[in-house]
Amino acid sequence: MSVIDLRDVTLELGGRAVLAGVSLEIANREFVGVLGPNGAGKTTLMRAVLGLVPVSRGSIQVLGRPAARGNPAIGYVPQVRSSVGTMRLSGWDFVAGVVNGHRLGLPIATKAVRAEVDRALALVGASELARRPLAETSGGERQRLLLAQALIGEPRLLLLDEPLISLDPHHQHAVVALVKSLQVELGITVLFSAHELNPLLGALDRVLYLGRGQAALGTVDEVITSAVLSRLYGSDIDVVRLKGRIFVMSGDQDVEHDVHRHGDGSAHSHELQGAQ
Amino acid sequence: MQDAFAAATIVAIVSGLVGYFLVLRGQTFAGHALAHVGFTGATGAVLFGLPPLWGLVLMTMAAGLGMGFLGERLAQRDVAIGIVLALSLGLGLLFLHFYTAFATQATAILFGNVLAVDVDTVWILLGLGIISIGVLAVISRPLLFASLQPELAEAKGVSLRLYSVLFLAVVALATAECAQIVGVLLVFALMVGPAAAAQRLTTGIGRGLLLSAGLALFQAWAGITLAFYTDWPSSFWITALSAATYMLATVPAMTRRSARLEPRAA
Repeated sequence: MSVIDLRDVTLELGGRAVLAGVSLEIANREFVGVLGPNGAGKTTLMRAVLGLVPVSRGSIQVLGRPAARGNPAIGYVPQVRSSVGTMRLSGWDFVAGVVNGHRLGLPIATKAVRAEVDRALALVGASELARRPLAETSGGERQRLLLAQALIGEPRLLLLDEPLISLDPHHQHAVVALVKSLQVELGITVLFSAHELNPLLGALDRVLYLGRGQAALGTVDEVITSAVLSRLYGSDIDVVRLKGRIFVMSGDQDVEHDVHRHGDGSAHSHELQGAQ
Repeated sequence: MQDAFAAATIVAIVSGLVGYFLVLRGQTFAGHALAHVGFTGATGAVLFGLPPLWGLVLMTMAAGLGMGFLGERLAQRDVAIGIVLALSLGLGLLFLHFYTAFATQATAILFGNVLAVDVDTVWILLGLGIISIGVLAVISRPLLFASLQPELAEAKGVSLRLYSVLFLAVVALATAECAQIVGVLLVFALMVGPAAAAQRLTTGIGRGLLLSAGLALFQAWAGITLAFYTDWPSSFWITALSAATYMLATVPAMTRRSARLEPRAA
């Protein structure tokens, strides 16, 4: 049984078809890197799997059941929000707020709750830093706390929405390595979206590349080719391999570094996320 | 005197607990705005011959629910809120104008006069207080989740809009009660000051809630006592204590931070 099964799926956002007639299957225990320019549908696809975005056509099945909100088998690491870095709450309480968080009642930390929080924190190596207030943690440390939150409830599928944003290369590698080791240790399926392919090269099994409403799923050698990417970007793409790394070029621009360029060709400036 | 202390006790506990979530969610300005809108309700009620408290409660509830349904982003636009604030006070002034024998009541509504609270009001405050704390207790877990991690909460099936609306309704009730003690203009003193200080002094949630309520209680009681002995307005003392507590809670963190920024010896 596949973990995620898309059949002829069309996803619309703001009147635009983010995905048009896409069919694909993600198998159990796969580490899939989700790539594509801004606006290509990485976040929308994840939200659809979570049951937060309805399909206009087709169906999405997650672990054998239609995609629906509140699936306890899915862990989700959303894009980092700047307000988290100003909270005076401790990392421990931040993670504990997730345990049974959907049920009414008082947020009392029973022994079972404590055990679950400690287990998740230990998995990501954040047991010590969780005692500090969030405002006194770095970006990389907050990322680990978000990961701990996602592991509450022992999910079988982990969705990470661009966790490498605003992290320097050293921390990027640390996050990828941590997620990979968790994937292997817990035997779960991972969807990890990012702007750049290189930080993920050592960890992923397959690549899911999105662009202009289409999707290409396969190994790096199958998908990261000039033919496939030119079709997805809608312009001439060259794939350059140098010293074990891959560069996706459009003319003289590295399209993956040029993160301000959108999939439909428009470009505008973004506010930079605050440094850690 | 007994009535004043009883009323202050109920209101302080409610304000401290509700205010903790207000500060956590970054919605303190919304709480402030609800109080101003309540002023229109209170003065409008008097114009129609009704007790101002009911006008206050009805108007803040309506505004709170409205803000919840409008959605958080729209309701937190500071320009929109500022305009609503000004309009509310302007309307309240108009109602005052039509009801000229109202000047002293106006001061009480604007700035509060806890020493003038009667026993009937205490019972009403107790009832409203039990409702506010009761609802807050029941929704506290999903509310906390939605406040800390809205996207993850949404994914886990928590309805952000539902809890936003419910919480703002509770804030409306708490604001109406708080205005009985310190008036609509000074609600910040009991709803935000203690909660903000508590969050700087401790990092746990349970401890933060208890500390927030405790500080609010201390400020209210000390404020009334000081007012009794000095004959200065109780609302002044409560706001002064609130500011002092917050500054005392903030200063140690600031000095610690500047000490850390100093270059360490090699």
